[in-house]
Amino acid sequence: MLNKNFYLILIISLVFAISFWIGLNVNLLPAEASINAPIYDELFKILFIIGLIIFIGMTIAVIYSLFKFRKRNDQIGDGIALEGNLSLEIIWTIIPSIIVLLIGLYSYNIYDRMGGMKELNHNHEMMSSNSEKIWAGISQTSDNEISKNNLSIEVSAMQFAFLFNYPKGNFISGELHVPVDQKVSMKMESKDVIHAFWVPEFRIKQDIIPGQPTILNFTPTKVGKYPIICAELCGPYHGGMRASIIVEEESDYNDWFNKNKKTEVNL
Amino acid sequence: MTISIDPQKTNNESLQPKGWLRYFSFSLDHKVIGIQYLVCGFLFYLIGGTLASAIRIELASPMSDFMPRDVYNQVLTLHGTIMIFLWIVPVVNGAFGNYLIPFYVGARDMAFPRLNAVAFWLIPPSGLMLVASYFVEGAAQAGWTAYPPLSITTPQSGQIIWILSVLLLGGSSIFGGINFIATIIKLRRPGLKLMQLPMYCWAMLGTSLLVVLSTPVLAGTLILLSFDIIAKTGFFNPVLGGNVVVYQHLFWFYSHPAVYIMVLPAFGLVSEILPVHARKPLFGYTTMVFSIMGIVVLGLVVWAHHMFTSGTPPWMRLFFTIATAFIAVPTGIKFFNWVATLWGGKISINSAILFSCGFIINFVFGGITGVALAQVPFDIHVHDTYFVVAHFHYIVYGGTVFIIFSSIYHWFPKVTGKMLNEKLGILHFIITFIGFNLCFAPQHWLGLNGMPRRVAEYDPQFQFVNQISSLGALMMAISTIPFLINVFHSLRNGRDAGDNPWDALTPEWLTSSPPPVENWEGEAPLVEEPYGYGKQFSEQNKNI
Repeated sequence: MLNKNFYLILIISLVFAISFWIGLNVNLLPAEASINAPIYDELFKILFIIGLIIFIGMTIAVIYSLFKFRKRNDQIGDGIALEGNLSLEIIWTIIPSIIVLLIGLYSYNIYDRMGGMKELNHNHEMMSSNSEKIWAGISQTSDNEISKNNLSIEVSAMQFAFLFNYPKGNFISGELHVPVDQKVSMKMESKDVIHAFWVPEFRIKQDIIPGQPTILNFTPTKVGKYPIICAELCGPYHGGMRASIIVEEESDYNDWFNKNKKTEVNL
Repeated sequence: MTISIDPQKTNNESLQPKGWLRYFSFSLDHKVIGIQYLVCGFLFYLIGGTLASAIRIELASPMSDFMPRDVYNQVLTLHGTIMIFLWIVPVVNGAFGNYLIPFYVGARDMAFPRLNAVAFWLIPPSGLMLVASYFVEGAAQAGWTAYPPLSITTPQSGQIIWILSVLLLGGSSIFGGINFIATIIKLRRPGLKLMQLPMYCWAMLGTSLLVVLSTPVLAGTLILLSFDIIAKTGFFNPVLGGNVVVYQHLFWFYSHPAVYIMVLPAFGLVSEILPVHARKPLFGYTTMVFSIMGIVVLGLVVWAHHMFTSGTPPWMRLFFTIATAFIAVPTGIKFFNWVATLWGGKISINSAILFSCGFIINFVFGGITGVALAQVPFDIHVHDTYFVVAHFHYIVYGGTVFIIFSSIYHWFPKVTGKMLNEKLGILHFIITFIGFNLCFAPQHWLGLNGMPRRVAEYDPQFQFVNQISSLGALMMAISTIPFLINVFHSLRNGRDAGDNPWDALTPEWLTSSPPPVENWEGEAPLVEEPYGYGKQFSEQNKNI
């Protein structure tokens, strides 16, 4: 009996060790380029490890049963007439409930750290006075905050392109240029069907909806060029609806901004 | 209320054709209707599978070079619609439900045999209509979700035919659901208690409740959508002041429960198959029943997790995260119970048990990614990507389709009186299992790294992984060949099965194989312990 328990504990610890090793060492995610990304990857790692433990454990249990309890040629009759075991059933109701609840609370915490739970007080007032509804994506801020110190950009999406309007410079660009380490606030609206704004390296996505502006905020942390991908089926060229976001040092960004600003004003 | 279960009255035997012609007639026999559902569903599975192959061929290269872009969108729309509404829902509910439920409750037919036949005969015309819409002006191309405004702006005839077809299929599903509820509640043989029913009855009761509660919402939504398209109303058209997000709420109010309409019956079927081949009682019958009902209740209040990026308010995101994640608890109970059913059994390793165990492994994987997807911050990155495509194929293919095959291996001897060839069956399992995992496991990585779903072209860095996935799809297509050879060969030359080749205790095996029209020669047997394996044996031992 002691032997049996010893092997059980050995196998369980092995499953845990393998899961932790894979979870901590195998990276399935693209580069991290916004302040959301490391927070997201932390959640991913935890879910990956828990998932691996359950998956490897269940797979071993199934394969072991098939092997160990297979019917040998010389055997007749049935297995044991075991119809249930109340304490076991209570255990595998309560433990998963606790795990699920903890994951839920933890992901709530992650969501809060990403800025998802911030109240849009200002917008609520706007909603009552103004018929325009603004629904927020992740990392939201109130409107006052947007106007104060963030770079605000108006995004319009159409079949099959994104256009980025820089109101302060009074110009429109097909490429999104942003300075590194500065909060960007985007108000997005679609001209035709539903599109979505997705930057995998930022771990953010928000649908762009006709008739209903949405807000998406992010802070890039790494200089580089990343794809902006439409993630909502929007017609035949949906797969080709892509743009680029260029994260650059503030001085480079200012150069680009001033260059475009001038030409647009002349028009 | 009295219900006639006299076969002479309900079946009008003299008017029914005999032999194979029965299967092309308006038969009222639940067993004939069950087979009609199965064969019709399988034909559409082959069509849907062909469309899936076309998608995987297109995605073998990063450019859109195999078919025109709008045709690609039609193909993916028809693939989803056919696989859900014409293969999985009709087969896992209609085919096995019709064949098995009357046996399980000890009745000679379903409660409403004519409604039953009507429900089946709605399917072939609406399916053909859907496929034929391709030749009119092009089929629907807004995805199986048909989100407006895209569905309003794409060519109208295809979208309208799609709506009509889905409405008819939804109607068929509702007729079936009402029939199952009435049969299980009212047609039970005297003396048979609810808690003595085989688990598949409970699964079908739960499923039918979901069908009856949620399908009418889809019907209403699609009718409003058709008004927007034909009569230029503005329910969902933002140009006319409509709200596109409301459509998504209404659509997913049906279409999330639809996932449970596809998997709960499979949970029921696997609960019938495992005890027979493991020679052990189903572990934890009562908790299994409660977890089915728990899934039904929770399944109705989780729909908005499909809309975490649609601009839902934060409190709503939080509620739907917790509710969705909690479905893992009753579902987990069922999986632990199945493994406990295997534990300590005397398991015959055959095609039926292999497909069932393949189901457990695949579904656990799909369930884990499902719990992850329920978390708002996790979902925001991978929503509408290949991660989601991989997740739901693990649920509906790795889960339900594996169980459909397992059930075919299990009940083929019942229906035909012949055994299927085990070697071909195991070959079928191996190719399917490897092909399926090769096809869909790499797609998780694709989604995490930036490949959205429903695209005909993609970033060239994903080419290699997409080709692995396409190779898996090719294996899945090939796996159908040994299965079809097996079925056709065994129908003619299969070993005689006898009445009860598995020594099973559930009521359908306590009659001849194939069963007579009235199901039992005499009175229906009273089966109080459908999973009483091991008991008779030990009692016999005591007597000795």
